[in-house]
Amino acid sequence: MHMADALISPAVGGTMWAASAGLIAYCSKKVRDDVDDIKIPLMGVVGAFIFASQMINFTIPGTGSSGHLGGGMILAILLGPYAAFLTMASVLTVQALFFADGGLLALGCNIFNLGFFPCFIAYPFIYKKIAGEQPTQQRIMAGALAASILGLQMGAFGVVLETLFSGISELHFRTFVLLMQPIHLAIGIIEGLVTAAVVTFVWKARPEILEMAATAKPVRHLSLRNVIAGLLVFAAITGGALSWFASANPDGLEWAMFHVSGKEELESPEKGLHSMLGAIQEKTAFLPDYSFKNPEEKEGHAKTGEGEPAANSGEDGKWPTVSAGTSVSGLVGGALVLVLAAFIGFALKKRS
Amino acid sequence: MSRIQTAFLDLGLMDTLSGKDTPVHRLDPRAKLLTTLIFIITVVSFGKYEISAIIPFFIFPAVMMSLGELPFYYLFRKILIVIPFAFMIGIFNPLIDREILMRIGLFSISGGWISFCSIMVKFILTAGSVLVLIACTGFNSVCMALEKMGAPRIFAVQLLFLYRYIFVLIVEASRMANARALRSFDGKGKGMKVFGYLLGHLLLRTIDRAQRIYLAMLCRGFDGEIRVNRHLEAGMREVIFTVAWSAFFIAMRVYNIPLIAGSFITELIL
Repeated sequence: MHMADALISPAVGGTMWAASAGLIAYCSKKVRDDVDDIKIPLMGVVGAFIFASQMINFTIPGTGSSGHLGGGMILAILLGPYAAFLTMASVLTVQALFFADGGLLALGCNIFNLGFFPCFIAYPFIYKKIAGEQPTQQRIMAGALAASILGLQMGAFGVVLETLFSGISELHFRTFVLLMQPIHLAIGIIEGLVTAAVVTFVWKARPEILEMAATAKPVRHLSLRNVIAGLLVFAAITGGALSWFASANPDGLEWAMFHVSGKEELESPEKGLHSMLGAIQEKTAFLPDYSFKNPEEKEGHAKTGEGEPAANSGEDGKWPTVSAGTSVSGLVGGALVLVLAAFIGFALKKRS
Repeated sequence: MSRIQTAFLDLGLMDTLSGKDTPVHRLDPRAKLLTTLIFIITVVSFGKYEISAIIPFFIFPAVMMSLGELPFYYLFRKILIVIPFAFMIGIFNPLIDREILMRIGLFSISGGWISFCSIMVKFILTAGSVLVLIACTGFNSVCMALEKMGAPRIFAVQLLFLYRYIFVLIVEASRMANARALRSFDGKGKGMKVFGYLLGHLLLRTIDRAQRIYLAMLCRGFDGEIRVNRHLEAGMREVIFTVAWSAFFIAMRVYNIPLIAGSFITELIL
């Protein structure tokens, strides 16, 4: 369930990072504004609890998917959505850093998949609706079960979308969905049962703990606006990622063929002498196009004035992908320079 | 040894590694965090059929590991433990993408296998670099760096709390798991019901603990604002470290060094 860095593109990773960072900032503000100081240590310690509980044996055999307790739902029920989201984000950060379970770039995706959906969708719209104002044991059971299952389904769907938009996996949308959703239905049912068991236990033993989370006033009041904002962000991500994907994907194969056939010679220079000459020709002709010639090309565009779209459509065939490739590195480089500039500026400011 | 104790030792070992005193460990955590992030972004930005151009990126974790005196096999094993998900998704590529892209003698290799290998190489690099970051920086310092770089303080403090109490709660959870194991025969008692009670009890104890911590904090003058009394210093060394590595990554991203070197060598031979 944890997305890995290797499966996502920088564009998807970056947008999800931005979305999750925004949510973290928003939730931090909300928790700070709540006068409820006790939540600060409570969040940290309950986060550690989620961690510890994930280590007690409860694995699902034969799926390959790490079926540990997501924990997002328990957190939301105990702490309310804002604090729960922050706690979930910190749990995932520790997992990413210490166990390499989900990467640093994919952290944004993971926080969104496992934090946003349970805390801001499943909790207010499913759990709260079913559990209601005067919860009974059955209602809590049903609510926790349904919310866990649906929260996980949404998270799994998020994984599918992020992977598809990244364009690294060959899996088709349909196949991937049919693969992911049933597996996570099974995981979700088990997780829902455990969540329900723990929550009803706490409810029976110490009902005031659940009431504390349920009666945090700002929660219900603001959750709708928050969810709408979240959905807007998600729509923007989807749109952005889609356009990027669409521009990068066509005839990527053709481009790759050149690239790979060039590489073959490098990895085994002695092999296939008969095809070597041709390959080298291709290589020396292609590679400059790809990277070295780029500045000239840009100059050319500059000279012809606003010939950018015309040039793009004129140089169809393999050009779009190539320019998409370089534009990505240009983007990375640009962002990098920006970050570096900020970093240098920061260092200078400190010295002065 | 039970899984839970292994996990605990694992955390402990990572923590011990981060306590070393080497040139890499002494660098400001912000420099290392930023560099690792740039490293990951450049690695991930490669096309899906790219393998050879990614290889030079192994230099970064290798240098960090050797300068930071980190154990290679230990970190590699940790990567292998988490590889299944990427593997499960990636393994579909060879099944779906059967277009032959490459021939070596009699063997023909499909695009799917190439992209699968690319995913695996990227996975090892990205996961490895994160583990190296933690092993040569330490979690507390990474949290500080996050806070200094603009993460909300409450979130950074959250991470510190979490990290601090993981050690405590894992010991507690491990005792409970042991006690359950000693009392359950023939698989009885390891079911969902007992598991639920077990976790419920652990949770109640956790909440009580949080209450005590909160009271202790109040006694020491906690007013809702958390003050972190440690400052980081970034000097020329950090700037050079970050700039040099980033320039290296970008260069590797733009120029396919193995390909250039390869064609140079092949031309020499001919």
